[in-house]
Amino acid sequence: MAEDLKVVVFKLADEEYGIEVDKVQTIERMMPITRVPKTYSFIKGVINLRGIVVPVMDLNGRFGLPETETTDQTRIIIVNAHEMEVGFIVDSASDVIDMNEESIEEAPEMVGGIKAKYLRGVAKIGDSRLLIMLNLAEVLNRSEIIQLEQLEV
Amino acid sequence: MDLNQYLSMFLDEANDHLQALNEHMMELENQPEDVSIVQVIFRSAHTLKGMSATMGFEDLASLTHEMENVLDLVRNNQLAMDGFIFDTLFKSLDALEGMVSDIANGGDGKADVSAIVKSLQSIVSGDHKKQEQVAAIEAEVVTEQNTDERLDEFQRSIIEQSVEAGMTAAYINITLREDCVLKAARAYMVFQALGEMGEVVKTSPPAHDIEQEKFDKGFSIFYVTTESEEQVRKAVANVSEVEQVELQVLTLEVLKDWNARIEEVQAGKSEVAATAATAGTATAEGTDATAKQAAKATDGQAAKNAGAAAQAKPSQNRTIRVDIERLDVLMNLISEMLIDRVRLEEIASEVKKSELTETVEHLVRVSGDLQSIVLKLRMVPIDVVFNRFPRMVRDLAKTLDKKVDFVISGADTELDRTVIDEIGDPLVHLLRNSLDHGVESIAERRATGKPETGTVQLRAYQSGNHVFIEIEDDGKGINRDIVLNKAIKNNVVTPEKAATMTDEQVYQLLFASGFSTAEVVSDISGRGVGLDVVKSKISALGGHVVVNSKLGQGTTFVVQLPLTLSILSAMLFRLGDEKYAIPLTSIVETGLVQRENIRRVHGGIRMIDYRDSVIPLLSLSALFECPSYSDFDEEEVEIIIIRKGDRIAALAVDDFIGQNEIVLKPLGNYLKSVPGVSGATILGDGQVALIVDPNALLK
Repeated sequence: MAEDLKVVVFKLADEEYGIEVDKVQTIERMMPITRVPKTYSFIKGVINLRGIVVPVMDLNGRFGLPETETTDQTRIIIVNAHEMEVGFIVDSASDVIDMNEESIEEAPEMVGGIKAKYLRGVAKIGDSRLLIMLNLAEVLNRSEIIQLEQLEV
Repeated sequence: MDLNQYLSMFLDEANDHLQALNEHMMELENQPEDVSIVQVIFRSAHTLKGMSATMGFEDLASLTHEMENVLDLVRNNQLAMDGFIFDTLFKSLDALEGMVSDIANGGDGKADVSAIVKSLQSIVSGDHKKQEQVAAIEAEVVTEQNTDERLDEFQRSIIEQSVEAGMTAAYINITLREDCVLKAARAYMVFQALGEMGEVVKTSPPAHDIEQEKFDKGFSIFYVTTESEEQVRKAVANVSEVEQVELQVLTLEVLKDWNARIEEVQAGKSEVAATAATAGTATAEGTDATAKQAAKATDGQAAKNAGAAAQAKPSQNRTIRVDIERLDVLMNLISEMLIDRVRLEEIASEVKKSELTETVEHLVRVSGDLQSIVLKLRMVPIDVVFNRFPRMVRDLAKTLDKKVDFVISGADTELDRTVIDEIGDPLVHLLRNSLDHGVESIAERRATGKPETGTVQLRAYQSGNHVFIEIEDDGKGINRDIVLNKAIKNNVVTPEKAATMTDEQVYQLLFASGFSTAEVVSDISGRGVGLDVVKSKISALGGHVVVNSKLGQGTTFVVQLPLTLSILSAMLFRLGDEKYAIPLTSIVETGLVQRENIRRVHGGIRMIDYRDSVIPLLSLSALFECPSYSDFDEEEVEIIIIRKGDRIAALAVDDFIGQNEIVLKPLGNYLKSVPGVSGATILGDGQVALIVDPNALLK
């Protein structure tokens, strides 16, 4: 019996993505970000989240997608998983929906330009809506980034 | 020295240790084979002993010392736990608890523990098994003998005075139910209930025996109170498993011929007791004397308590222990409030209404004070820990017959409360170690041409994000060969490996569990518990300890502790529109340098003249790839001279903001290490500023 899930839905470019609600701590509006030098380019810096310093990353940048302009709709989703607290900058976050684990299907090789290993799968919601579920463990995995950086050097 | 200010700390710690001891003893009772639990118990007892000795509570220290002896045998598998040992150890714990609570109530923590000490010693000498049966007879005899309800001169005068002062005096006879399991506990509850309303003058059998359940079904109490007879009766009857309460109000007349009446009743009984006593062995007689002594001690205690009640009880620093986590929450809440405060200030300046402005100004002041108080709550000068050491060192030096000069410096160094709480024990161990093993005896020192008086230095200082505590002696140093031989003997290392070890590695062996170089077990150190406790404690605090030693010249233990979540004084500065902080401790000075005074040497490295030398000028804006500022275009560059050890450099910055107290916060798990940045802080306006790590820049 597959479990029921509550999922936070957000947008990057024109695709809709989902993160399990229990991994999400809060969703914040855009706020001042302090730049941190000498780190990955997609790390936009750190914010003051009610007294706790939290790093934020541009999720577009993390997946190697072109970064988008900040708008009124831009949100920072604070996730807390794998003993890390990180903010994701996304183009908008609108919805929390219920779905069933069964409806998640394995992701094809590339979805919206994102490698499959960052994805948990793709869920079909209703008739025409596709929701891309993120694999947080991989998104927050640093060792792979370090390898990449070394390759580039 | 006035130890009063450390009393509350001692009590807190002592209670914690007793609690831990009790818990682990229970655990051990379930798994008597588990030596690791014995280790834990042993350490707690050892620390408790050290603390008590430092505070001058001799009886506490001596009892724990005896417990240690027993536990030492157990942990070395020379003794198997059995019921009698458990009982004795538990009794010892109860006695310790009694002493500690006596101290808490303003007493001097003295108690007669010779009976328990005797049992403990008999365990060590191995003849407790023989004595067990004797003890059983003894106990009986003791019970009979101690049912002494006569009042001595002193007790009678206390009761008489109380009655004259209009208080109610009563003789209460309490009988517990036949099936009552925890008689001592019930008795304790009765005392507790009575203690709330008045004073217990005398008990029969003596409190000492009641605590150890050396009574049959009931016991009696002489009691003075301001409450009515009825209330006393009710209070006692409310304790469960009390079967019967007989209460006789003592008037002056009754008191007068009290003793005579009791003696009549007793005459019959004592004959029986006498026959029993002759039947007892020689040991029984010894215990008998002890019991009498105990009775005397308890009486004295009761009298003293009565006296103390009349005067004011000695004041004890009233503190409460607050979970550090709650402080963190409080701190975060205040940071949040500060953000709103800044916003309010803005609104007030826009609205320009004097009432609003005044209120906001007041709010700003109050919240500023609030913030600084909360920050200071966590920080404690290390003085609190250091101050109890001179006395300890003096006493130790006396015991060891050594002459020692003890020098403390940097006692005003502030440390996080968490660290302060924990660092006391390890430092005690290290100091004891230095005195015992480091500094030589007077004769030895004379023979090696050193001054008779040795020197032990205790230093604390902050450097960057760490606090260092150093304990240095000018003693004989660590003998590598002795350490290695011992380590090989104890199977800590193999002889092959030992040959290849560096001095540092050899010194680290001292911290291995169960390692001790002293041949004789002394009261001070030499069981090998000291140093491994030190190491695990310090590691638990996120620090580490290193040893430097020169044979014949002395040893230095360096304890390095991190300054996590602590406040540091920092210089805030700007690079374009970005704000940064740099710890004041690494700053030598700040200044200005003209463009024409900057020299370029090969490879584009810039140097400036500083005093008599030439030092490199580092561009922070270039290092941090700052988008909005570059010092290369400036006519006049603000510089911060930083130093680490003997390395000095100048940092070019845009503008100074000022000096401030900041709270160090980590960048979060995701950004574990960023080169040149040691952390972040949240400024008054809610923005995050990064803290520059000068040590990394100077590498």
